Parts: sequence; structure tokens; C-alpha cells
Amino acid sequence: MAENNDQPIESFRRDLGLEAVQSAPVQNHGPASIGNQLKGFWVTFITMFKKVNTVQYPEEREGTAPRFHGRHQLNRHADGLEKCIGCELCAWACPADAIYVEGAENTEENRMSPGERYGKVYQINYLRCIFCGLCIEACPTRALTMTNEFELADNSRASLIYEKQDLLAPLRQGMLMPPHPMYPDMDDSNYYKGDVLGAHPSQEQP
Amino acid sequence: MTTEVVDMITLVIDGFEVSVPKGTLVIRAAEKLGIQIPRFCDHPLLDPVGACRQCLVDIEINGRAFPKPQASCTIPVEPGMIVKTQLTSAVAQKAQEGIMEFLLVNHPLDCPVCDKGGECPLQNQAMSTGRGESRFEGKKRLFDKPINISSQVLLDRERCVLCARCTRFSEQIASDPFITLNERGALQQVGIYENQPFESYFSGNTVQICPVGALTGASYRFQARPFDLVSTPSSCEHCASGCAQRTDVRRGKTLRRLAGDDPEVNEEWNCDKGRWAFKYVTALDRITNPLVRDASGELREASWPEAIAAAADGLKGNRVGVLVGGRATVEDAYGYSKFARVTLGTNDIDFRSRVSSDEEREFLASHVVGTSTTYRDIDRADHVLLVGFEPEEESPIVFLRMLKHVKKRALKVSAVATKLSIGNEKLGATFLSVAPGSEADAISKIELTAKSVILVGERACESAGALSAVAALAHRTGAKIGWVPRRAGEPGAIAAGAIGNLLPGGRPVSDPAARVDVATVWGVDSIPSAVGKNADEIFVAAKTGQLDALVVGGVDPLDSALSAEALSALDQTFVVSFEIRPSAVTARANVVFPVAAVTEKSGSFMNWEGRAREFDTAVEGSLHRSDVRILSMLADAMGKSISLNSVKSASKEFASLSKWDGARATFTPSTSKSLSVGNDEALLTSWRRLLDDGSLQDGEVNLAGTARKSVVVISQKRASALGVVDGDAVKVSNSQGSVTLPVLVENIHDDAVWMPRNSRGSHLLETLGTASGTLVKVGKA
Repeated sequence: MAENNDQPIESFRRDLGLEAVQSAPVQNHGPASIGNQLKGFWVTFITMFKKVNTVQYPEEREGTAPRFHGRHQLNRHADGLEKCIGCELCAWACPADAIYVEGAENTEENRMSPGERYGKVYQINYLRCIFCGLCIEACPTRALTMTNEFELADNSRASLIYEKQDLLAPLRQGMLMPPHPMYPDMDDSNYYKGDVLGAHPSQEQP
Repeated sequence: MTTEVVDMITLVIDGFEVSVPKGTLVIRAAEKLGIQIPRFCDHPLLDPVGACRQCLVDIEINGRAFPKPQASCTIPVEPGMIVKTQLTSAVAQKAQEGIMEFLLVNHPLDCPVCDKGGECPLQNQAMSTGRGESRFEGKKRLFDKPINISSQVLLDRERCVLCARCTRFSEQIASDPFITLNERGALQQVGIYENQPFESYFSGNTVQICPVGALTGASYRFQARPFDLVSTPSSCEHCASGCAQRTDVRRGKTLRRLAGDDPEVNEEWNCDKGRWAFKYVTALDRITNPLVRDASGELREASWPEAIAAAADGLKGNRVGVLVGGRATVEDAYGYSKFARVTLGTNDIDFRSRVSSDEEREFLASHVVGTSTTYRDIDRADHVLLVGFEPEEESPIVFLRMLKHVKKRALKVSAVATKLSIGNEKLGATFLSVAPGSEADAISKIELTAKSVILVGERACESAGALSAVAALAHRTGAKIGWVPRRAGEPGAIAAGAIGNLLPGGRPVSDPAARVDVATVWGVDSIPSAVGKNADEIFVAAKTGQLDALVVGGVDPLDSALSAEALSALDQTFVVSFEIRPSAVTARANVVFPVAAVTEKSGSFMNWEGRAREFDTAVEGSLHRSDVRILSMLADAMGKSISLNSVKSASKEFASLSKWDGARATFTPSTSKSLSVGNDEALLTSWRRLLDDGSLQDGEVNLAGTARKSVVVISQKRASALGVVDGDAVKVSNSQGSVTLPVLVENIHDDAVWMPRNSRGSHLLETLGTASGTLVKVGKA
């Protein structure tokens, strides 16, 4: 039987095109010497008295590295207007096709960002995202950055497609919820230069 | 055909020898070698202008070099020329980089928000032949942005590189010089004339040829990026010109349509209707499921098997008339044609859902189907005669082709019409003014040659005897006849035999050999031999009980000359409707089948030349089916199969029937009749404008914004008699109703009054029950 078994294996190797691959029989060296065995156990023994690296997650947490690639965030200007202009360059750069953006036009009544255009639909599919950060490099307005948040598990596929409201940065001190007009006497280039430092009372809408 | 002898000139570009015809521009000769010289202003269909200076190259002729780099888009080739492009000459490369830097000095850095971003020649060429970094540190020139130069075209002057493509297009191709370069120096900018909006039927082409994002379309603004879009070559469903198009779809929604490049047909242009009227497909009221009228008289949604059974029940064993409509593809029209003959056993079928006549039907059978007058014939014609046809409004690409030759070689155009239209003025047409109804007399007096072309519109049938006069004129002079209907499906429907006197391939119903031919292919014993009723007769027969049921494709009963009869016919009979959206027909139908719109199905149209214009499904995954598939299922349910279960099988079978070498149908000329016109009376004349209240233009507000205003046109004589001037309200009425519109005094026959047929405030067939040739009262409102 032993001789017969060789035949199918050989043909199997041939089918896979493995004929050219060199192989060598495994050599059995027998048991190691007592000295060598003790050397191995010594490593195990001494480790018992070393400081433990394991963290009892989720009860205990350690921070990530500062540049860790976590969940994305859509940032805001200092007065609360969105930085995203809906240009889709992030979607274009994405190697995993995880981002979907639709742009729309800002109007006087409905201004979401400085300038002419804002992102009306913004979705990131975290089932696809590989956290490579190419989208962040592509973003021309620094609207898209990555946070250090990494807990992105969920129990349904749909809930892992993050919508714009899930990704938008929270309003901080001095920010107003868009839509609202631009800072008085400033245009979009002032926003990009960082001239706007907070919301102006006149931007508040009834 | 004689081939012209062309002088070839040999020159050297970047060390490679190339021979091109005399007169070729250097930039074009380089293209032939696959060498791309960057350019913005150069366009193969526009005159050279040398405006952008981006295509600078080093040129040397017979050992004498030009002292400076030259614009290769303005210099024709010469024997012994040695050209060095940016690839081999450091001087040319530096010159091009310098020009690019100059162009970018004032170009804003707003690529991320610009609609052109990603498909922008400026972006691409700045990357390929520009300097890596800008040295400019000053302030960029700023303009207000964007400004609406019409409701559908937006202008962003900051982005403009002053290539003058748009202004040259408007002047040289469309003859709508509403857009021009204003100011000089750094402030030079594209602008529109004051008080004169950029209302051109061809304005969309300027958006397409703009090499930067200076001109953008309002309806595509901020909609997508090129990488979002799936592009499908397609064919325009709006008129019989037959433009090649490109349909761009994202996630099942058509976002834009562009003119395709077909030198034989539309060159690289199309009209604004073809470009922007596609929202009817995604209208919210689309019918998505079959509807069946239940016992209580309400239409309710039903399953496909239930609807098919209900339709089969109502049609089986009954006398049925079939109305196809002028929007069906060739395959669908063929399906209706076969369904009528095989399943329903009748020739009562007509595709003409409009004012029509029996004279026209005979004319189509004897002089149109199977003939081939083409755009090439217009190119070669010595004289083009227009009869019942307004090319700019009814077939814009035919208009552009004639205009091209009017400008290039002063092609003679004559129009037999009641009113001198804006389009015919642009064509410099000889206006042969006639009263509505007396076209025939004028036509019979015209002299043509064998090189002339007579372009006949669908409205020629509205004047009795006009088509007979055209046939006689063509016979007498040898001129070619081209029949140019408005609707895209009409030429294909004649070829498919969706009319009472013809079988597929132009076979006369009355010819026994033709019937045997078709019966053999269809595998049936016989084809009904009696010539079928026309559309008007079908409505009348249905109203008077001679028909029990109607199968209706995309037909608006209000387009018919007998709209009142049509509506009561639909009320009284069992109606099976094939529609995409609710209409006057579906409101009266017993069974409604939802069908696919053009972007959702494959198929083909036949343009006025008889050229097949095939298209593929642009919106993948649509659940809607083509008419022919539903007809095939219905025929199966009725026990008389037509076996056309796909568009492909329909087109294959139609192709096997498309040639007929037997005798053509005969034509019996008819005579005209004239009406006497009283003092306060006038003969009504009208046509549909390109942009009007047509149902395929629904939902396009930007497009509707450039439609021409509705007016009543009367002659100077009548205006003086009524005591009105331009802008005064005038009332046109008859026993059925009245229309009041501002008046416009123009060059129109004294006996006639003109109004748009289906524009805002002027729906003639609906309000007056007539659209042309009848007496109406004209008075001050």
C-alpha cells in the first residue's frame, strides 16, 4: 500500500505545478540534552516574575499611540461650519472603495460649509475600510481626520456604514450648529487661512 | 462616386516622418503620429484661433527656423517642415511650461469644488506639461462666481482661460452669438449681451467643450465625479436626428448625458433637450407595477400573471386596434406590428399619435420606407427645400448640418411655410410664404435639380395635397426626399410595419407575395389582407363600437386631431396601456403595464436617414421590461405566440425581414383645398417648439427656463387692422375654446396666425381641438 500511496501524491503535486519545488525529508534529531531542556524551562520560570503586559480589557484600557488610525471624524471650522466640501477626493483615494460622498450646493438659506459646495451625503463603510489613511492625505480642507477610537464592532452590517451625523465632530465651545451664514466680512479663503476663531453673534439664526 | 485627389505633404515631427493632406494643421499631423501637443482652444470642428498659446512648438522649414516657438494649432503643414514638440525641444517645452504658468496665475485653486475636476484638460495638462510649482505670489484676479448666463448654463469667469471655444461654437456652429469676449487685457472675460439672455437650443455644447470648469451645467452642478459614473454609449430618444450620446449613471440614476462623437450624424454636438431632458425617467409618479381595474372601477396594483391574464381575457376574440406611439424603439414597434397581425389578426395598427392623413400613409409607404436620404446628401446638396418642417425646432441636428453648409459654401435653402421662423432666418432661407393649406401650389412651382434634397416634416400631412406635390416635384426633378418626423420612433415604426398599409420591411399589405413572405418568417398560415384603419379611424371605430378593445403604447390622446373622440373611445373600450407614467390613457385603461424607459433597456432607434441607432441598457438592474417582452408574454397567454421574448430576438427577426425587393406601394396623389378667410378670421398654423410642455421634458426646470416665450404671431397688415403692437394681448378663438397670448408681429402670411402648439399657455389641440389649417377668430383681448 505504501508504494501505491506515492502515486496520487505525485500526481497531486503535478496538478498543482509543484514538481519544480524542492523538498527535503524532515530529519528527526531525537530528544535534546538535559542541559538544553533546562535552559528552555529557565526562560519560562524567570518570566513568571516579570512585569505583566496583559491588560484586562475592557475593564482596563490603555491609550493608543497618538497617531493610531481609528474611526474617522469630519471636522468643523471654529464657528461650527463643516469643513467638508463634498469634493469626493477621499472617495477617489480610497483603495477599498469604502467612502461614498455626494456633494450639494450651499445656498443663503442653507449654508453648511464656507464656499459653494458641501458634502450632503457622507458614508464610510467600516466593513471595507482598511484604515490606511489615504483619505486623510487626500482631503484638501483637513475636514477628514482619524481619531484614536478603535472599538468598531457591531452586530449588523448596516450599522457599520457610518453616516455623516455619526462622523461629524461634536460642537465645541463657541461653535454654532449649521446651517448658518459665514462669519461677517469673511469669505471661504479666510476660513482656510484660520482667520475665523469662533462664531459671531450675527451668525446665530432664529 | 469619384474620389477627390488630395495633395499629400510630408513633414517630420519629432524625428518621425508623416504624410498628411495639404491644409492639415501641425497639431493634427502630430496627432496622427500619436504625439499629443497640449492645447485648450484648438477643437477639430471649430476654426483655428490660436487663443491659448498652449500648443507652442519649434518649427523649421527648409533649414530656416522660426525665431520663436509657434502655435501648432494655427499653422498648416508645409513640405520640408521639421517640427519639434515639447518631447524633443527644450525650447518648446519651456515655452509651454511658461504659458501654463501664465494661465494658472489667475486660475483659482478650487479644483475640489469644480465640476470639471477629474476630467479637466487644464488639470491633466498642468500635470503632464506644466511646471511642478507656481512662482506666483501676488493676488489672483477675482470675479463674482458663478453667474447664470442662462437658467441652465453657469459661468465662472475666474476659471476661464479665454480659449474662445464657447464663443466660436455659438458663432460658427449654432449661429446664436449670445456669448462673447468682453473687455481687454487681464480683465478680459466671457460675457453675455445685456438684455439678451443666452437662449440657445445648443448651449449645452459649450459646457461640454469648455476645457476648464468655466462653463458648467446647472443640473449637473456638484452632482458627481467622473469616477462615480458608469458611462454607456446611447442614442437620443427625443427626435429623429439620431444623435449618438453618452449616458452617465451613478447608482441607478442618470446624472448627465453628453453628445457622442459620430461624424456621420451629429458630429460632436447635440441639442439641449437631448442633453438635459432625462428626469422623466426618475419622476416620482413612475408606474412600477402592473395595474388592473377591478370591479369597483378602481385601478389597483396587481401581479404580472394577474395583469397578463386580465389583459388576455379582455382582448381575446375581440376586435382590437393597436396604437403604438412615436416613441417606441424599432424592436418594440416590431413587437406591436407582429402582435397585431399574429395574435389579434388585424392590420388596424398605427404609430402616428398625432395629426395625420391617409395621403401621408401612402406617401410613407411609397416614398419614404426603404429609401435612404442621408446627412451626406445634405452635405452634397445644391438646394435644400423645407416643406412642413422647422429644422431648428423639430430636428436640431439636421438644422446644424444645414447651417454648417450655409456658412461653408452658401448652401441654398428654401422654405415653404406660412411663417419665417428664427431658425430659417439663421439659415438665410428663401421664404416662400403660403397660406396654410395652399402649400401644394407653391411646391409645384419650385425648380430643383437631381442634387437637391427635399426635407419633409411630419406637419406636411396637415396640408392636403402637399405631399402629393412633393412626390410630383421629386419625380419631375430627380431630387431626393428626406422625411424628418419629430419623434424618434417614427422612422423605425414604419420600417417595422406598425402602420395599417405596411408589413415589416416596407412590404405592402396589399401585395400577396409580401404577405406570404412575412407569414413564412412568422410561421403563420396567413396575414390579414385588408389595409388597416389609421389612427383617427381607430378612435372613431372604437367610439362607435366597431372595435371592442385598444392596445395603446406611449400615446397622448390629446396629440390627436380628434382628441375628444380619442378620449371617449378610450372610455368606451377595453384598454390595455403600456406606459411609464400616468397619462390620459392610463386613467382610462383597464390594464396598465409598466414599461422601461430608454435608459433602462437596450434596443435601437432608426433616425430619419433609416440609420440604425443602437443603444445598450444604461441603468443596470432596472426591473422594467421593454414593451416587446410584455407583448410576447401577453401573446403567449392569448394562445397565439409571437415568440419575441427578448429585444435581441426581436431585432434578429426584424433584420431577417428588413429587406423587400418586390414592388413598392403605389401612391395616389390628392389635391389641395383652400378656404376663404374672413376679415377677423385667420388660418391657424403652429408647430411644436423644441423646448415646450412635452412629457419627456417634465421635471427639468433649468431646461424649461430657456424655452422661447409663447406668443401669437400675426402679420404687420393684421396688426395694423387690429390696432395692436408687439406685446399686446391677442385672443385666438374658435367654437371649442380660446387662447390669449402676447402678440408678436413677424413675417407671416397675411391670412395666417401662428402659435406654439404645446407650450406654456398655448396647448392648441387641447383648447382649440385643432392645430393647423382651420379658421379661427383673431381679436384684441
